[in-house]
Amino acid sequence: MGHLLSIITFLPLIGIAAILLTRSNDDVRATTARWVALAITLIDAALTIYMWSQFQGSSSAFQFVERAEWFGAGTGITYHMGVDGISMLFVVLTGLLMPFTILASWESVKSRVPEYMIAFLALETLMMGVFTALDIFLFYIFFEGGLIPMFLIIGIWGGKRRVYASFKFFLYTLLGSLFMLLAMLWIYFTAGTSDIPTIIETVHFPVQAQYFLWFAFFASFAVKMPMWPVHTWLPDAHVEAPTAGSVILAAILLKMGGYGFLRFSLPMFASASEALAPFVFTLSIVAIIYTSFVALAQEDVKKLIAYSSVAHMGFVTMGIFTLTQQGIEGGLFQMLSHGVVSGALFLCVGVIYDRMHTREIAAYGGLVNRMPFYAVCFLVFALANIGLPGTSGFIGEFLTMLGAFHVQTWVAIFAATGVILSAAYMLYLYWRVIFGELVKPALQTIKDLSLREAAILVPLVVATIVMGVYPKFIFDITGTSVAHLIQQHHTAVAFDHGTLPSSVKLAERAP
Amino acid sequence: MNLGHDLIVLAPELILAIGSMAALMIGAFRGDKATGLVSGLMIALMAAAGVATVLGQSDSAFGGAFVVDAFSRFTKVLILGSAALCVVMALNFFHKEKQVRFEMPILIGLSTLGMMAMVSASSFIALYLGLELQSLALYVLAAFNRDSVKSTEAGLKYFVLGALSSGMMLYGVSLIYGFTGTTEFAGVAQVIASSGTGIGLIFGLVFLIAGLAFKISAVPFHMWAPDVYEGSPTPVTAFFTTAAKVAAFALTIRAVMIPFEHALGEYRQIIVVVSVLSMWLGAVAAIGQQNIKRLMAYSSIGHMGYALLGLAAGTQEGVRGMLIYIAFYAITNIGTFVCIQAMRRDGQAVETIADLSGLARTRPGYAFAFAALMWSLAGLPPLAGIVAKIYVFLAAMHTGLIIPAVLGVLASCVGAYYYLRIAKVIYFDEPAKPLEPGLGGRGMGTILTLSTAFTVLLIFAPWILVGPAQAAAQALLP
Repeated sequence: MGHLLSIITFLPLIGIAAILLTRSNDDVRATTARWVALAITLIDAALTIYMWSQFQGSSSAFQFVERAEWFGAGTGITYHMGVDGISMLFVVLTGLLMPFTILASWESVKSRVPEYMIAFLALETLMMGVFTALDIFLFYIFFEGGLIPMFLIIGIWGGKRRVYASFKFFLYTLLGSLFMLLAMLWIYFTAGTSDIPTIIETVHFPVQAQYFLWFAFFASFAVKMPMWPVHTWLPDAHVEAPTAGSVILAAILLKMGGYGFLRFSLPMFASASEALAPFVFTLSIVAIIYTSFVALAQEDVKKLIAYSSVAHMGFVTMGIFTLTQQGIEGGLFQMLSHGVVSGALFLCVGVIYDRMHTREIAAYGGLVNRMPFYAVCFLVFALANIGLPGTSGFIGEFLTMLGAFHVQTWVAIFAATGVILSAAYMLYLYWRVIFGELVKPALQTIKDLSLREAAILVPLVVATIVMGVYPKFIFDITGTSVAHLIQQHHTAVAFDHGTLPSSVKLAERAP
Repeated sequence: MNLGHDLIVLAPELILAIGSMAALMIGAFRGDKATGLVSGLMIALMAAAGVATVLGQSDSAFGGAFVVDAFSRFTKVLILGSAALCVVMALNFFHKEKQVRFEMPILIGLSTLGMMAMVSASSFIALYLGLELQSLALYVLAAFNRDSVKSTEAGLKYFVLGALSSGMMLYGVSLIYGFTGTTEFAGVAQVIASSGTGIGLIFGLVFLIAGLAFKISAVPFHMWAPDVYEGSPTPVTAFFTTAAKVAAFALTIRAVMIPFEHALGEYRQIIVVVSVLSMWLGAVAAIGQQNIKRLMAYSSIGHMGYALLGLAAGTQEGVRGMLIYIAFYAITNIGTFVCIQAMRRDGQAVETIADLSGLARTRPGYAFAFAALMWSLAGLPPLAGIVAKIYVFLAAMHTGLIIPAVLGVLASCVGAYYYLRIAKVIYFDEPAKPLEPGLGGRGMGTILTLSTAFTVLLIFAPWILVGPAQAAAQALLP
């Protein structure tokens, strides 16, 4: 398995080829496409689990490393892949969630099924690539490449305002990323290489330049996260996207921003990250409190969950920029947990949307009477979203606040109000949708979860609770790498202050 | 240097020149019936000239007025390749329009000959010779659909404005000659290196750049492009945006960077302004367009702006970036114009964007190719456009042109909107009445497949393009 990461990343392309080569009538092609996509994503999921079992959590080095010529010898731009404790679990998360998204679209997507499956498989390749690329240009290509399939998914299979939402999503994200591209070009000719580990280990940027670079990368990651005030594309995109699109958006695409901060901003622009941490805290706090209030006022289930995502991502950015072990590990955990929980919440919305074709909260009520099993699943995810102890949501929020408390007490205090607000909007939502009398005539015949739907939701319930009760299996993977990251960060900051012990040498290359 | 040696250096041009004349004779005696034969002959001649170009040694002829180096080889291969494909497109197009005339492939050939002379020119006289040979043939081609008012108008407009710009350029050249006493590029460079630039020389340079900017349709000399692109027959427009653009751009690179190597500070400002204005005009003005050919004209203006960033950088990296950019642009555009030419309904060519509505439902392959080419032009990874953008922006950033680069990425975000709009019409909208089946003739599918394959697959092997461009840039600016 010398090329495990490449296989994981590019396997979906084989699925695309298989779907394209099917020549038959529309029904047969649709069925084939569904099964091919499911098979490919399941194989990919199995491969990521295999990778997890082979991963050495005690090492902070990049593992499963692959390297090949790409732009030509002497350019310093190579095809370089690898994972460490920070990126490994995102690969696993992507791999494991993809089969669920395919299953979730099994019946709800009826038109242009082959194209739909092709878009999802392409998206999987691009998402895997983001988390495994160890070259800045390779990263950029995967990072930006995801825009086209997502644009199509929202625009073709989306709701009423799909065109508006897809353009907004696309142009917002593109603008942020283009600044990152310029910064990457600057890094490339200053450092003479685009290899991420080499840049982190040996290249040092002047403090002033770090600020520009930091903001250029921030422009991209903040939009992707999304952070307040550049979050406005998210509710639109979420609401209009088909269920599976929302799941991918919330569970994986949003994590690319946080991952980018950890991979680029913290180790490469260490002094700037430290100096600008209060700025990030401020935005995070505003996001946590403001978007929670906004969520409270929503009439649309998906929009409510979208705003709650923005609030939860606020915890992530806050945790990352505490620059402490607890904060960063908490941020990582929060991203993984949110990946499972928000993905599951969107799947839950998808279940009732498929039956009623509306996302209006007011159209529901009293579902517990006819859908008890569904009500239980929804409850677990709602509580996890609130951050109830015993669910995965608690660990992340607790650790990020612990980290914040170390650094700046006020930040933790404000963030804690977000937990209360999240309880308010989630319980209010749950009460309106699930409890009460079943009076709406349209709901009288609604059916509980089908076997397929149960097969999607039950594993996610288990994951949510296992992560909440026994988080150690996650921290075993992330711990060493996060410690190493913090040490890299401190070394770089010490270099900027000129207090670096002479035994450590960093090659300075002035522009 | 004896004449025999000079003629060997000129072998590719000679093949094309003598061959074109022979083809003209065949046409003159056999009439329009021979169009197929003549077209085939021209394609064969272009292929032969291409082989001769690739095999040719780096050398110079006519006392240094005509040079063959890696730079000219790179651009000539591009020019010959796109010209040959344009002949295929034109043959199919005029066949459908029932306007078959044997002069068409020959005019394309003669124009190509002029382009080859342009990219090899190393003195202002040789430059002008090539430029006029190219332009005269292009004026006729623009008006080739002689029963169409639009086409005739396009030809006339192009002729009048083209003649004006040639005049401006000649005036600039005469000033340069007057103040340096030579028309050789290297000679001018030497004079500037030893005695600097004076106001007269700068005047000459400005007029020269104005004339060149017209040829590549950069702002503020772009006004002719939308009308001419819209009015000309589609394959001729394709020829304008591919071979003619490559030639004019290569000419600009050589005629500005070599003689004025030591006057970079003088001209950089002009180029930066022209470049940024072109990007923005291209991005903003294209938004409201309904006609796809007109839209491609604005897109072309914008792309010239990006490519000019490399010229503003004035370094070897800049040349490499420009060459990669222009190659990407030509190859993508050939495919795009095949797509446009295939837009026919009820025996008529249709040209509005709305005609593409829902193409993805009725013609998935054609639709994907069209959309992929648009995304590539918008510079979205993982398609070919991003490789080109990376290299020009890299060159600009490296020479400290950070503000123009920032303005450039902002423009490309604005520009992404109208490319996306085409993708939106193709993929999101309800299907319109289906277009005629097929891509409009023999060989068209192959061209489109090649162009799309390049667009999609370049990212897996970028060195295919980067390597030769690097060698060409090294040859020009060691």
